[in-house]
Amino acid sequence: MDRRDFLKNVCLVVSSGVFVGGLSSDAWAKLIRKDYDPSKHYYGMGIDIDKCIGCGRCMQACKTENDVPDVPYYFRTWVERYVIKTDRTVTVKTIGMGGEEAPDTFVEKDILRSFFVPKLCNQCDHPPCVQVCPVGATFKTDDGVILVDSKRCIGCRYCIQACPYGARYLHPVTRVADKCTFCYHRLVRGLLPACVEVCPKQARIFGDMKSIASPLGRFTRMNKTHVLKPSLNTDPKVYYANLDGEVN
Amino acid sequence: MKGFFNKLPEQAVRVIVVFLVLAAGVFLIRQFIIPPEMKEPTLQMESSMEREAAKEVKYAGGQVCVQCHEKEHDIKKAGYHRDLSCESCHGPAQKHADNPTEAKPTSPRKRDYCAYCHTYNSSRPTGFPQINPDTHNPRKPCITCHNPHNPKPSQTPRSCAACHAQIERTKAASYHALLGCTVCHNTPEKHKLLPRTVTPTKPDTREFCGKCHDKASPGNKGRPTVDMDIHGEKYVCWQCHYPHMLGGI
Repeated sequence: MDRRDFLKNVCLVVSSGVFVGGLSSDAWAKLIRKDYDPSKHYYGMGIDIDKCIGCGRCMQACKTENDVPDVPYYFRTWVERYVIKTDRTVTVKTIGMGGEEAPDTFVEKDILRSFFVPKLCNQCDHPPCVQVCPVGATFKTDDGVILVDSKRCIGCRYCIQACPYGARYLHPVTRVADKCTFCYHRLVRGLLPACVEVCPKQARIFGDMKSIASPLGRFTRMNKTHVLKPSLNTDPKVYYANLDGEVN
Repeated sequence: MKGFFNKLPEQAVRVIVVFLVLAAGVFLIRQFIIPPEMKEPTLQMESSMEREAAKEVKYAGGQVCVQCHEKEHDIKKAGYHRDLSCESCHGPAQKHADNPTEAKPTSPRKRDYCAYCHTYNSSRPTGFPQINPDTHNPRKPCITCHNPHNPKPSQTPRSCAACHAQIERTKAASYHALLGCTVCHNTPEKHKLLPRTVTPTKPDTREFCGKCHDKASPGNKGRPTVDMDIHGEKYVCWQCHYPHMLGGI
């Protein structure tokens, strides 16, 4: 084989490979799931502060379902304990997932009021994290969930800085930003997010805002609801009932 | 055309050929090798959603369990744990649902698991059943007395503190420490069995507190007293003073 033949063969092999690869490229555009149309849904969550008992089952279930590292600084959802004392000082602490929390050191008569606040990504309608991403790795889906493309994310942490709710963290293994997805893989199968599934008191209500008869619809009709940091115009889709003014 | 190429110096022709090959290469790479999702944001989002949607489900959801465990479901739905999902206690069970004989979900039998919800904590909502694990039958597993699928109190509680621990502890440090709960709350015996449907009463008149705290009440030994006629107007006493709290407010 002389040089001319060699080059000709190389060109043929490469180009044929390119065309075979090229043919399958429209496979990228196929639907996520055939029976699931994202544009027909719009998800939100309701949280009733008065019902939360601070058992931490949601935090545990979230970590199990989404492979979040099992150390107490990485959370997609977490529960804060607010203690407002009679001298109006406010103590906020993220609760542990089990018995490891130190015993209660508050004196009963010093407490004015006290409650638990479950927190998670608010899935904002106008998400600041999406605005700041320099590579377009985080985006809002048609069903209203904010997702992170883990293949596209460069781990620059702009979004972690930008989130006013502290809902994002840098995953220590994949080194990309990670956050609550409302358990997107469960939603497309018609299941509830794991935290809603395990909540023993139904303090978390999940539903589709495009459907009239959803538990969330009833929740927002029957309760006076509020969102976190409304002044930032982020339009969160996590609605709190019986929220205290001290919570931010 | 051929004449034009012949007129060009050979070096120029070679340069043009190299350039054309490079241009074709770039075109081919861009068109066929770089996946379209890297060029088109909507395709990128779709492939990302697809990857997200393909993730493994670990919690099967409540509807799955009842298909086989009908007996447990029937017991549970009549008891206080009726709203509790099976997987809240038994852990993620999708693997068990896919392959019932191989993978088994867990059954928490130790004391500390029930304690996640039922240990007394001042932030928990009033009325939620809470105990102090140090004093409530220490070191006995909860399931020796309580059936977790139908967790009735194993016997009717003797004292109000079994459920109303927060109030009991606050009251113990207040001036009302020596007053029994039933002095003020008329409690039907059935309240112990049906705590939500049969509820105790609260004092609904000013005169009730006035029996001890009116200026004119008999046998006043250092109790704070007021003139009931001018103090507090239309309000019932406990609308301002919390009777369980130390010294009142």
